[in-house]
Amino acid sequence: MKILEERKPQVYRKGAEPFQLDCNKQSVAGSVSQRACVFCGSRVVLYPIADALHIVHGPLGCASYTWDIRGALSSGPQLHRLSFSTDLREMDVIQGGEKKLAKALCQLIDLHHPKAAFVYSTCIVGVIGDDVESVCRQVSAVKGIPVLPVHSEGFKGTKRDGYRAACEALLQLVGTGSTEGISPVSVNILGDFNLAGEVWIIRDYFEKMGVEVVATITGDGRIDDIRRAQGAALNLVQCSGSMTHLAKQLQEKNGIPFKRVSYFGIEDMAQALYDTATFFADKSPGIVGRTAALASGELATIMPQIALYRRKLEGRKAAVYVGGAFKAFSLVRALRQLGMDTVMVGSQTGLREDYDELRELCDEGTIIVDDSNPLELSSFLQEKRVDLFIGGVKERPIAYKLGVGFCDHNHERKEPLAGFRGMLNFAREVYNTVASPVWKLTPRGAQRERS
Amino acid sequence: MLLRHTTADVMERSALTINPAKTCQPIGALYAALGVHNCLPHSHGSQGCCAYHRSTLTRHYKEPVMAGSSSFTEGSAVFGGQANLLQAITNMFAMYNPDIIAVHTTCLSETIGDDIVQIISKAREEGKVPPGKHVIHANTPSYIGSHVTGFSNMVKGIVTYLAETTGRKRNQVNIIPGWVEPSDMRELRRLARAMGVNPNIFPDTSDVMDAPQTGTHEFYPRGGAPIEEIRHAGDSRSTLALGPTASEAAALALEEKCQVRSEVLELPIGLLATDRFINALRHRSGIRVPGFITDERGRLVDIIADMHQYFYRKRVALFGDPDQLVSLTEFLVTLDMRPVYIVTGTPGKRFETRIREALGDAVPEAQIRQGAQADMFLLHQMIKKEGVDLLIGNTYGKYIARDEDIPFVRFGFPIIDRVGHSYFPTVAYMGGMRLAEKILSVIMDRQDRNAPEESFELTM
Repeated sequence: MKILEERKPQVYRKGAEPFQLDCNKQSVAGSVSQRACVFCGSRVVLYPIADALHIVHGPLGCASYTWDIRGALSSGPQLHRLSFSTDLREMDVIQGGEKKLAKALCQLIDLHHPKAAFVYSTCIVGVIGDDVESVCRQVSAVKGIPVLPVHSEGFKGTKRDGYRAACEALLQLVGTGSTEGISPVSVNILGDFNLAGEVWIIRDYFEKMGVEVVATITGDGRIDDIRRAQGAALNLVQCSGSMTHLAKQLQEKNGIPFKRVSYFGIEDMAQALYDTATFFADKSPGIVGRTAALASGELATIMPQIALYRRKLEGRKAAVYVGGAFKAFSLVRALRQLGMDTVMVGSQTGLREDYDELRELCDEGTIIVDDSNPLELSSFLQEKRVDLFIGGVKERPIAYKLGVGFCDHNHERKEPLAGFRGMLNFAREVYNTVASPVWKLTPRGAQRERS
Repeated sequence: MLLRHTTADVMERSALTINPAKTCQPIGALYAALGVHNCLPHSHGSQGCCAYHRSTLTRHYKEPVMAGSSSFTEGSAVFGGQANLLQAITNMFAMYNPDIIAVHTTCLSETIGDDIVQIISKAREEGKVPPGKHVIHANTPSYIGSHVTGFSNMVKGIVTYLAETTGRKRNQVNIIPGWVEPSDMRELRRLARAMGVNPNIFPDTSDVMDAPQTGTHEFYPRGGAPIEEIRHAGDSRSTLALGPTASEAAALALEEKCQVRSEVLELPIGLLATDRFINALRHRSGIRVPGFITDERGRLVDIIADMHQYFYRKRVALFGDPDQLVSLTEFLVTLDMRPVYIVTGTPGKRFETRIREALGDAVPEAQIRQGAQADMFLLHQMIKKEGVDLLIGNTYGKYIARDEDIPFVRFGFPIIDRVGHSYFPTVAYMGGMRLAEKILSVIMDRQDRNAPEESFELTM
């Protein structure tokens, strides 16, 4: 396969020296990239805040494509699942959309009584020069709730910049609520979006350990919790690509330390709990013991079943292509737990240090790739003769066309994959797709059957 | 009650769309371009547009969708996107080797004022377009029209750029199928051939968006209208354009450019619209309708007769795209049902007139809503005022169906919560049978579910 000259520095095969991988740069124009835009980054991060109004300021498309697409569950309000747009038309582009935005905001706030409103700027808002900040200020003054501009014009960078814009909007909220009554043994959960209810599993673990969860940001998120998040003693950051900025700011401004964690896979999940327990060991006597009991109890339930899946999956090969690189680490480890080799791994938005870590983690010969495209991906899958591909919505049909099993580790996961229980779900899902009889019906499978 | 905030009283809201019954132009342009063989669609805008369109199309068709993006940056927004598009054209021909690149614009590139015609000719001058290859375009700003007009604009672009007249007529009829499923396009081809017409169908997404599993990922699947055939469209005897909103613009452009006489029909969905389609084909070939087609029609009438006792006077709400809605309305009237609420977010002329024509004098109380605030929120409000027995529309109808507990048939674009729909035609007589069966099934499933034990019946 032909890899464009400009793309070569973004593909690395472990073993080749020196290790150099270009990343965190704009996609080559014309590349069929799997990436999205700034708006997409902001929207996915803030979307799960369930009692806020999310209005997309711009022509209709951006609102329609992000209408309830992420299975970020809420235990209460469902306001985040509706789609609101100023639906800018040609005349608005000429005359400006500020009045329309103000009117729409007021009408929606009267109708839904949200706790706060997020206003997402889309590409043309940045070009026609609407003063979204001032509209937000005015509406906020009239309606008495925070109305927060999210500077997410699509062209102003990559998805990472969208994460940052989302963090900036959140920072406007944090610190505006009372921290009274918050336990000294308390955390914020950052960077879990409660897909398929994952944050509920994690929250439950911490509560069993005796750790108070102040705010979940943003999965099953609530404005009032976020407003008092500065009262937590520790920030736990998953999905570091999206949330590290917020954590760093809270460390700087409020002196809250943070830890990078992951809840995917047995090792990483246990590590997250033990790290937290160790952190609170002085303040909460017995926490280490409680945590060990919790982990061993959970493991005793799942390990026998995981061992069964491992026996069937041993030696099978996997490819991973996800949004953030940090998730890729966990997946490589979790696949190893199942006896599988990760022979290709990549991300849309990884950073240099992420790829360094990935390289450490991977075996000789593994392909590491940044900002890949379908042509490259399918050639890697074929070259490495993989049995499983892990990715998101655009990757799934590529796997199926090649006769390869697929697991969605993105918005479309239907079962929780986080936590100990999530690892069992993951093992089951991987096994079910890898071992599906349908692959025997495909040309490649039929060939394999014969040989 | 996900939609618990919906009020029965309709409020004025000129500044606000809630839960839209449309999406933006570029995705339609992208879908149309996929119906050309070896074509790489290209989105001239930020990367997100392209990612969203590809994801949405993949969710509906469960197929890989390839398209490039100009990957706009802050610099492009200030200085214009010319450099990006030129580089994209070079890269795409080098990397993906398409026969044709179909560029569509976005709200961003239109607002900053990129002149695509000029950029394409610059690319040609600079030798960035290899010999024998093509770059075409359509203007599809998201603040005008909807996904349907985007489709229409790209089909028009395809014709305008590619069709030619040699002066020697070919014994063939152009069929512009409108925004229908790949399976529909395949069915239209089958019927045209059966009617003795040599069809030249474009765009044609069959074998692109429903490509068989072969064990390989074809970057350009086998299907799609070949460029050569689209070029010959200028020599065809006539054009049949199906669905005025999606197809008329291209038919008129072809008439103007190549003097190919055109006829615009409503989409052949339902018995009567299919009759008119078959009739139009018959006029062109001059042959008698073959027995097996008459039999297909007969079976549809037979099914309607078998089902009519369950259908009559049922109130139906439908939403979606204009061409689909007009034909579906007519079909529902054929089934003796009453389409009472008809909503489309797509603006455009004649929609209400066409729907009234389809209704005839059957449902004088029908309410028709169109345009910016004709969204799912409004439809829900109408239903809350006075309920319906059935809801028909795309996936987004499921919220209303659940909250109001209404039987729901998925029809239109997008359907992202079911698999397989795009493989079965809803056009023509066979498609009519399928629609009727789906409608009756949801009504009866509901009756079974609600029946108390004593009236839960085996035979219905």
